[in-house]
Amino acid sequence: MTNTQYIPIDYYIWLAAILFTIGILGVLYRRNAIVIFMCIELMLNAVNILMVAFSSYRQDAAGQVFVFFIMAVAAAEVAVGLAILVMMYRNTQSTDINILNRIKW
Amino acid sequence: MTLYIFYFLSFLAVLSALMVVFSKSPVHSVLYLVITLFSLAGHYVILNAQFLAVVHVIVYAGAIMVLFLYVIMLLNLNQENEQHKTNLLKFAAVISAGLFMILLIGTFKGTEVFANVVGGQSEIGMVKNLGLVMFRDFLLPFEITSLLLLAAMVGAVILGKIDKPKKA
Repeated sequence: MTNTQYIPIDYYIWLAAILFTIGILGVLYRRNAIVIFMCIELMLNAVNILMVAFSSYRQDAAGQVFVFFIMAVAAAEVAVGLAILVMMYRNTQSTDINILNRIKW
Repeated sequence: MTLYIFYFLSFLAVLSALMVVFSKSPVHSVLYLVITLFSLAGHYVILNAQFLAVVHVIVYAGAIMVLFLYVIMLLNLNQENEQHKTNLLKFAAVISAGLFMILLIGTFKGTEVFANVVGGQSEIGMVKNLGLVMFRDFLLPFEITSLLLLAAMVGAVILGKIDKPKKA
């Protein structure tokens, strides 16, 4: 383990855990819907880095293919989400999520 | 040497991720998120996932972040008069996130210590290898992904359309 050429996989697990927690913190902490979207991206990326780390650890390319699919899903999600956001802004003149209270019945 | 690069990139990623959450203006949040994503691309390079690193930079920094910036600038959201949650709610958010972190720590502490390491030389992340796996084992999911992207595109166009008042 003294060889600094290699990185223990625990380090990647901790990094992903910290990034995921920061994403959750952002979703709970902010009221601006755009920032909440960015924090969701942060969580997706935390999962991605863990998946690549395990793919490299197991020497299995399937994990990296999965990351590729997650990126495609993230792109689709952002496109639709930002479209919803623009529509919401057009109707309410704000991106405050508290305005979405009226959606509930 | 690699370990020091790992520490540097992780520090950069975590710090700018925190700045995404706590910076006042949404544009600053986006720029900090770009820093985070670039440091994650550096992690991919360390992990011998060169193709994914390039795709990550193109898709995230090149497409998604530009989309975010466009929306922020189109909607003129760059004012700093954003409503914030009450201090009680913020406190509750921090507590909840901390509890989640404790949950994760407890989960990973309970597992056996991974003695193995990642890094070194490997051809796994090259285009040839990934392409073989993707088009041999994951051909159907790949095609379904194209369907998903088409659906997302149609949905975004329909949602973004200004709906005119209907004539009764």
